[in-house]
Amino acid sequence: MSVVHPSPTGLQPILKPQAHHAPGNFFTKYIFSTDHKIIAIQFLFTTLLMLIVGGALALAVRWQLAFPWESMPIVGPWLFSAEAGQISPEFYTMLFTMHATVMIFLVIIPILAGTFGNLLIPLMIGADDMAFPKLNMLSYWFIWPAIICFGMSFAYAGGPAAGWTAYPVLADLPQAAPGSGTAQTLWLLGVTFVGFSSMMGSINYMTTIINMRAPGMTFFRLPLTIWGLFITAILQAFALPVLTAGGFMQVTDRLLGTCFFYPSGLIINNADPTIGGGQPLLWQHLFWFYSHPAVYIMLLPVMGMISDMLSCMVRKPIFGYRPMIFSMSAIASLGFIVWGHHMFTSGMNPAVGMAFMVATMMIALPSAVKTFNWTATVWGGKVEFNTVTLNCIGFLSMFVVGGLSGIFMAAIPVDVYFHDTYFIVAHFHYVLFGATLFGVFAGIHFWFPKMFGRMMNEKLGKTHFLLTFIGANGTFFPMHFLGMQGMPRRYADPYLHGYLEHLLPMNQFMTISAILMGSAQILLFINIFYSMFFGPKAGRNPWNATTLEWTAPSPPPHGNFDEPPIVFHGPNEYAVHNGDKDFLMQTEKECEPPKPSDTEPENKDNDNQETSS
Amino acid sequence: MGKGWCLFFLFWPVAAVVSCAMAPMVGWSFPYDNAQAASNLGIRIDGLFYLILFVTAVVFVGTQAVLVYALWRGSSNRDERATCTHGNHKLELIWSIIPGVILLFLALYQMNLWADFRIKKFFPEAAVKAPIAEVTARQFEWRFRYPAIGKKLQPKPQADDLYSVNELHVPFGKPVMIQLRSEDVQHSFFLPALRIKQDALPGLQIPVWFEANKEGVYDLVCAELCGWGHYKMKAHVIVESEADYQNYLKNLTQQQFYDGLGKIAANENDSESEATEK
Ligand code: HEM
Ligand SMILES: [Cu+2]
Ligand SMILES: [Cu+2]
Repeated sequence: MSVVHPSPTGLQPILKPQAHHAPGNFFTKYIFSTDHKIIAIQFLFTTLLMLIVGGALALAVRWQLAFPWESMPIVGPWLFSAEAGQISPEFYTMLFTMHATVMIFLVIIPILAGTFGNLLIPLMIGADDMAFPKLNMLSYWFIWPAIICFGMSFAYAGGPAAGWTAYPVLADLPQAAPGSGTAQTLWLLGVTFVGFSSMMGSINYMTTIINMRAPGMTFFRLPLTIWGLFITAILQAFALPVLTAGGFMQVTDRLLGTCFFYPSGLIINNADPTIGGGQPLLWQHLFWFYSHPAVYIMLLPVMGMISDMLSCMVRKPIFGYRPMIFSMSAIASLGFIVWGHHMFTSGMNPAVGMAFMVATMMIALPSAVKTFNWTATVWGGKVEFNTVTLNCIGFLSMFVVGGLSGIFMAAIPVDVYFHDTYFIVAHFHYVLFGATLFGVFAGIHFWFPKMFGRMMNEKLGKTHFLLTFIGANGTFFPMHFLGMQGMPRRYADPYLHGYLEHLLPMNQFMTISAILMGSAQILLFINIFYSMFFGPKAGRNPWNATTLEWTAPSPPPHGNFDEPPIVFHGPNEYAVHNGDKDFLMQTEKECEPPKPSDTEPENKDNDNQETSS
Repeated sequence: MGKGWCLFFLFWPVAAVVSCAMAPMVGWSFPYDNAQAASNLGIRIDGLFYLILFVTAVVFVGTQAVLVYALWRGSSNRDERATCTHGNHKLELIWSIIPGVILLFLALYQMNLWADFRIKKFFPEAAVKAPIAEVTARQFEWRFRYPAIGKKLQPKPQADDLYSVNELHVPFGKPVMIQLRSEDVQHSFFLPALRIKQDALPGLQIPVWFEANKEGVYDLVCAELCGWGHYKMKAHVIVESEADYQNYLKNLTQQQFYDGLGKIAANENDSESEATEK
């Protein structure tokens, strides 16, 4: 392994090699651990568990759409004995509400920030832990009250039924519908707990990245993964308080009768029509002011991770390191001014809609630039199709579809037709399932050796990818056609309407694909648990990668590095001449001068510019 | 094996393009068997849709082809090292500016359409002056209130207003406007055949105009989650000639004010829904 020079070029390690007191008993080591790697693993297992829950809920939703009002085999009679095994329409609304809630708040956001953020931030910047280890532990433990709230609302209070967007008045008034009673209050409480968790995480990540970088690790030498997580943390910190405030207003509306979101004069289930004075649109603004940035919170870390993994897998530096950072920043800052594109049909002033439309069109640009850069990274590379590569390419191809369908919806007149139809559902599943989850799968396979010191099984991994990719496209692509034909989302029985009657076979096809995709995840779980104990042992750097985490032992001990690392250059130096290696780790200083024939003259000054900064 | 994976990744874009090209032929495109939109504005919206479809299809095919080609070449790359490049400013500029220009064009191109569609200043004057009905969404049905024949729709219900439930009649060939409101939670007035959608917000009255250009019976559905019965807010919009429309209003008046003795009891104040069976 590379040898770290004690004091080269006058750079002084800020981290004194500390005596890391060995963690105490099992309890403090694995349960109430303050070690970022253990917390990452806790997040990983919790979110994977939630992935199963969310997936099961999705399959129940799909079942209803393929075989409306028919009893689900095996589980149906047991779950819904009262309705002879049928899914009632009330229950259907709760199913998709909870599916979305679990997937967004308990799977995607915590698996990205919680698992990968925790695991990678200290390791990749060369720190021995997070800036606030105790806060870090708390951010994990705050997930559990949220899970308990969501679980209780589902099991004891009938389940929230206002969709994950919780639009008032339906969500605001306890009498509005079955499921907008106590269940909705518990739901709001759950979201608030997740919010606390994310907030603690993001403060920790920002502080850690700003303050605890190893000597030589300038901002423009940070791996793109860290950039993605850093920008995400900033987004989170600025957007989340708005949702929290909005949620708090809803809670007081429900419990104290404040009527922020409740206009006067409504007659719902004997509610008093004289109270009111609020405005339901206000909630939509507050909600999307958080939740639009949130969709990028669910994507930016993956964009960073994919950049690092792809560049390692094709043995090339990432194409356009700085443009990648600028485009991520552009997405994040534009992300704050496009929330209105969720509200084109809401009754908001249509003139404002135009401004939101232009901003939304412009946010497609940095996304496009990133896609081109990734493709250019593959171009001229050496590709080996292992599980990580496959999942990265899966990410790329799904992200393109999801990004392009965004343009249809950014065009307001077209969006008016597509809004709240299955076209939207197709769009965000391509992005959130297609892009984010494939990125996560790639990440799990890539960093598994660092987490557990063992490699995952390639055969299982490839089969898992194959089936998931087929299943995902089979499930989500036809949704575009459903949307074209005007099928609204959140319908328990679309076939009731004449113009949608003929869509049953298409929905059945999609459900079968979804079942295939769901079952494929069993392979992932087998792979993870088998490889944790029986996988082949991994060395420090099984992928011949360049970033700092690969200089630490696998898995790294408490305190991470043998010696505090010192960084000499940017993160993806592949395709170089470094003895018999084609890569240069960030801690390695020297490298043979390249033979003149190997570098095209045109790129030469770019090279210097990128590497010397 | 690498080549096999390249073919695998090639298969999906091909399948996507083929199924999209097939869609209009097999009825997977716009509703009512890919019928043209039943409103002139709808036809313009479809035009914008096809324009974007064209642009995105070119981008999609282009990027996927390049990606698969790059993978194909990369998988047979036996060199010691991959090409070393950190980027290329010229390329980077090209692929920022071209999509930027296209996106900006799309943004500006649709402004007129949007203004005609939604901005009240651009609404057809005749329609704005005489809204034909007030549409009230409620859990889980649509209610319609027309003014009495020869009168104008008033903001407050009048004694001689005409009512119907889940059946809205409108004349074709001229712009009409409705006033949309909700009595309880949020709903959304979605008329797929005319490419119209507008949320009904509790506490607000939102004007919506459209001009149907052919006769027919079209589904009116609710597009905003409004409770457990969201899926069953089933109504129809009947687009008919002006004469049929006037006839319908006459019949409605007769039914509504029939006093059981063969006379029309004008000014009877029985509002609500006995008007139409259903
Ligand atoms: C980059 C990652 C992206 C993610 C994670 C994402 C995610 C989402 C989600 C979850 C929704 C639906 C929310 C709901 O109503 O439940 C949505 C809607 C939307 N997205 Fe995206 N999206 C992404 C990219 C884009 C891009 C590049 C564009 C524009 C070019 C775009 C434009 C839109 C629009 C206009 C809507 C609202 C459509 C409507 O509700 O009528 N999105 N997106
Ligand atoms: Cu409704
Ligand atoms: Cu509804």
